[in-house]
Amino acid sequence: MIRAARAILRKDLRLELRTKESVPAMTLFTVVVFVLFHFGLDRNSLDGSLASGVLWVTLLLAAIIGVTRLFAAEREQGGIDALLLAPVDRTALFLAKAAALFLFLVAVEIVALPAFALLLLGPDLLEALPELLAIVLLADLGLAAVGALVSALAVETRARELIVPLLLLPLLVPVLIGAAHATEPLLRGSQRPEDLGRWLGLLSLYDVVFVLLSVAVFDFLLED
Amino acid sequence: MLELDRLERRFGDRVALQGVSVRVEPGRTLAVLGANGAGKTTLLRVLATLLRPHGGQVRVLGAELPREAWKVHGRVGFLGHEPLLYRELTGRENLRYQASLHRLADGRVDEVLAAVAMERRADEPVRDLSRGMVQRLAVARAVLHDPPLLLLDEPRASLDPAAAELLEPLIGRASERTRVLVTHDVEGGLAEADLALGLKRGHQVFAERVDAAQARELYR
Repeated sequence: MIRAARAILRKDLRLELRTKESVPAMTLFTVVVFVLFHFGLDRNSLDGSLASGVLWVTLLLAAIIGVTRLFAAEREQGGIDALLLAPVDRTALFLAKAAALFLFLVAVEIVALPAFALLLLGPDLLEALPELLAIVLLADLGLAAVGALVSALAVETRARELIVPLLLLPLLVPVLIGAAHATEPLLRGSQRPEDLGRWLGLLSLYDVVFVLLSVAVFDFLLED
Repeated sequence: MLELDRLERRFGDRVALQGVSVRVEPGRTLAVLGANGAGKTTLLRVLATLLRPHGGQVRVLGAELPREAWKVHGRVGFLGHEPLLYRELTGRENLRYQASLHRLADGRVDEVLAAVAMERRADEPVRDLSRGMVQRLAVARAVLHDPPLLLLDEPRASLDPAAAELLEPLIGRASERTRVLVTHDVEGGLAEADLALGLKRGHQVFAERVDAAQARELYR
């Protein structure tokens, strides 16, 4: 299964490098939204809960683009049929798609976080970087698991651009709550977050639950 | 090898296949004939496990569908309307990807590329190739894992006579595989088949050896 998942992931990364359909669009989207907030809020800098909310809502909305495109090549070019014909455990497909989305999100955040700090953030982000990275990676993991699940669910529907956000965003509310609360004290300045562990625990629990749930139901989503 | 007993498949309220019963022995060829919308492609997709049967009994390669569909995976060569190749990848990359899913060595990829005479163009993206060349790659993909059963939907479409002849050992009678061949070429299909299945609006009209005149009745 791991061998098949690696093959599918390698193929997805190669396709993304060739087509540049997801990561550049997601990155551009986040930067444009930060610019819009910069002018729309008419403030030179943000901090605390407002900064945290802007950062996480923007990242979640950008993720929709990646989730919508995650199964696009499989659907449009028949890749899903070729996969279903092969002696491959369908969990391998879920693992590969979730891993691809996770890597896409990390790539986007490599640009988005500095852009956020530059365009909107008041306090220095460098000091809080280790904690912020832990939050971001845990949030990305949950987002990748749920995103792969929703993408597979929407792949055979005609209105997948509509279905993906309608299904994905409500499912991501716990991620938003956990990530925004965990990030808020980090974006307030010098304070060390007191209950960071609690929010990281919530994000970890969400990740575990949704990875297991996705693995359990993924087979059925691909059934005719 | 292949056994259908009153197969039924619907799409919502629409009946796509009903009462289809046929048996194909190993190494034999079944030609599936019928006008557009008769249910030929649906039949192939049911046999490939891509669609679930809604009624009747279906046995493919000894496995009962849909319960034992997993036993069929990796043992069927499917050549449908779409080549099932990624346009942005090269032919070689596509086949290597398929080979890794089927746990085959890369040497097998070179072997089938040579068999379809695509070694020289194998490193070009599929989107840059002509339809005939894409079809050759699609044939290479379908036979890469040396399946005992081939499900072929107009396999010679877009192929020139030389290419069709070249692919004969892979997908023709000479391949010695069990084949289900969907075709509109009534004479050609009957000539290379041991048995013909005639479908009209999802219903079976015949499942026996017929002559071309009888088969043409399906299109009236």
